[in-house]
Amino acid sequence: MSLAAAQERAAELNVISRKQRSLWQDARYRFVRNRAAMFGLVVIALAGLLAIFAPVIAPYDPTATFTAGGRQAPTLADPFWAGTKYVDPRYALGTDQIGRDILSRLIWSSRVSMVVGFVPVAIVFLIGVSVGMLAGYHGGWIDQILMRITDVVYAFPDLLFLIIIFATLRTHPIGDLMGGLVLMFAGIAIVNWVGMARLVRGQVLSLKEKEYVEAARAIGAPATRIMSRHLLPNALGPVVVAVAFGIPSAMLAEGTLSFIGVGIRPPTATWGVMINEGYQVFSTSPWPVLMPAACIAMVMLAFTFVGDGIRDAIDPRMKI
Amino acid sequence: MLTYVVRRVLLLFPTLFVVAVIVFALAHAAPGSPFDPNPDRPLPPQTVERLNRYYGVDRPLYEQFAMYMGNLVRLDLGRSLVQDRTVAQIIGQQFPVSAQLGLQALFLALAIALPLGVISALRQNSAIDHGGILLATLGTTVPSFVVAIFAIYLFGLNLGLVPLVGWGTPKHMILPTAILALGATAFLTRITRASMLEAIRQDYVRTARSKGLSEQTIVVWHVLRNAMIPVATIIGPATAALVTGSFIIEWFFAIPGIGREFVLSINRRDYPLIMGVYLLYALIIAVANLVVDIVYGLIDPRIRVSK
Repeated sequence: MSLAAAQERAAELNVISRKQRSLWQDARYRFVRNRAAMFGLVVIALAGLLAIFAPVIAPYDPTATFTAGGRQAPTLADPFWAGTKYVDPRYALGTDQIGRDILSRLIWSSRVSMVVGFVPVAIVFLIGVSVGMLAGYHGGWIDQILMRITDVVYAFPDLLFLIIIFATLRTHPIGDLMGGLVLMFAGIAIVNWVGMARLVRGQVLSLKEKEYVEAARAIGAPATRIMSRHLLPNALGPVVVAVAFGIPSAMLAEGTLSFIGVGIRPPTATWGVMINEGYQVFSTSPWPVLMPAACIAMVMLAFTFVGDGIRDAIDPRMKI
Repeated sequence: MLTYVVRRVLLLFPTLFVVAVIVFALAHAAPGSPFDPNPDRPLPPQTVERLNRYYGVDRPLYEQFAMYMGNLVRLDLGRSLVQDRTVAQIIGQQFPVSAQLGLQALFLALAIALPLGVISALRQNSAIDHGGILLATLGTTVPSFVVAIFAIYLFGLNLGLVPLVGWGTPKHMILPTAILALGATAFLTRITRASMLEAIRQDYVRTARSKGLSEQTIVVWHVLRNAMIPVATIIGPATAALVTGSFIIEWFFAIPGIGREFVLSINRRDYPLIMGVYLLYALIIAVANLVVDIVYGLIDPRIRVSK
C-alpha cells in the first residue's frame, strides 16, 4: 500500500470511529437515560420553582389566620374527606388548626426545605473538599487533627449531635437568627463536613501516587496546580455522589428536628413544623399533617432517585 | 485476641469522656441559668439563689465539670430539674420500655431482611428481588415519622385496627415496632443482598460447583457463611439507627420510653436529663461498635492476624 493510500485509509477509519466522549459526557448520557432519575429531577425542579416563586404562587400569607378558631377541610372531592361538613372553596387544601391556609404554608415550606438542603451542603462541600485535599496531600498535623475530630464525630449518629446542638444553642442569640435557620445551616455543616473531608482525603491519598501526579511533580508543577488541575477533577466523582445524597439528608434533619419541636420555630412554615403543630389535632382532622408528610416523602424520594441515578452514571460498578 | 478485647474496652473510656466534655460544654453554652426568672413561673430571688447553690450552678465552670465527672464515676447522673426523680431513676424506669421496643424491632428486621436479602441475591432480577430493592429504597428514603403518620392514618384512624397512641398491650406494639424496624430492615436487606452477590462470584464457589457439590451445600456452606461476615458489621450502625429511630417513634406514639423522655427533656431544657440520656445513647452505640469489632475478629481470622 502506498503512503497516500494508507493516509486515505486512516482518514476513512477516523470518520467511522466513534466520536470521543469524556467521562463526564458518558455519565451524563447514562443519567439522562435513567427514567427514575429524570422523574426525580422533574419533581425537584417543580419544588424549586415553587420555592423561588412562593410569594407569587401562594394564594395567601402563610402566617395569617383566616378561619378564626375553626379548621376547614380541603375542598378537593376526595373520598377520604367525604362527610366533613366544613368546606370552603377559598382554601383549596383547607386551613390548619388555627385557621391558616394550608396550601400557602406548604408552598412557603418548600422554600425552607430547599434552602436548608442546599446551603449547608454548599458549606460542607467547600470546607470538606479543602480540608480533605490538604490533609490527603500534605498529611502532617492537618491530617492528625482531622482524624481526631473524625473519631469523635463518627461516634454518634448525626441526628443526636444535631439535637444536642439545638437543645442547647437554640436560646442563644445565634439560635435566634432568622428563626433558627442560621443555626440549622451551621449545625448541619458542622456535623457533615467531616465525612466529606474524609472522603476527599481517601481519594487524594490514592490519587497522589498515580503516575500523572508524579509526572506533574517532576516537571515542577506547584502543589496548588497539582491539587486543582490533577487531584480535584479526578476525586470529584464520589464527591458529587456524596453531595447528591447530602441534600436530602439535610432536609430530613430539618424535618425531624422541627417535628420534635426543636428545629425551625413557628410561625415560620416548614413541613416539619406543620406536622409538629398539626399533630395535636391529628385524630380529629388529619389533613394538616398528612399533606406536609406527603410533601416530605415525595421530595425525599425524588432526591434519592436523582442520587442513585448520579451514582450509577458516574460509576456503574457501584450499582447495587 | 484477649489483649485486643481488653484494649478496645479500655478505649471506651476516652470516647465517653470526650462525649461528656462536649455535652457539658454545650449545655453550659446556653445562656443564663435554668433558674432565671421565668415570667410564667416567678420565683423569689432567695429561692433562685438557693436553687443555684444547691445545684452548684453558681460555682466556676471547671469546678462544676469536676463535680459532674466525679458524680458520673459513681454513676450519679444528678437530679432532673423538672421532675422529682433522679436521672438514674428515670433511666431505670423508662429504659426497659425502649429496650423492649428496640429489640423487638431488631428481631423483626433480621427475620425479614436476612431471608429477603438472600433470596433476592439468589434469584437476581426476579420479582422478589425487585420487591426487595423497592422495600430497601423506600425504607431508607421515607423518614420513619412520615411512614408513622400514614400508617396510623390508615390502620388506626380509618380502619380502627390498632390504637392511635400508647403502650402496653400487643396491639399497641405492632405499629411502632414495625415502623421502627423498617429502616433497619431496608438497610440489612441491602447489605445482605450485596454481600451475597459478592460471595456468589468468588472462585471458591466456582470450585465447589465444579466439584459437583449440590446447589444447597454450596449456598449454605460456601456462600452464606462468607456472606454473613459483612452483615455482622452492620449491628453497630443498626443499633445507632434503632436508638435515633426509637426516640422519634416513641415521641410520635407517646410510648413511655427513654426516647420520649429525651425529647421532652430537650423541650423543657432539663439539662441533667439531656446529658444523662445522651451519655446513655453514646454508651449503647460505643458498646455496639465494640461488639461488632470483636465479633468481626472472631468470625474472620484475617482481621485477627492483621491486628
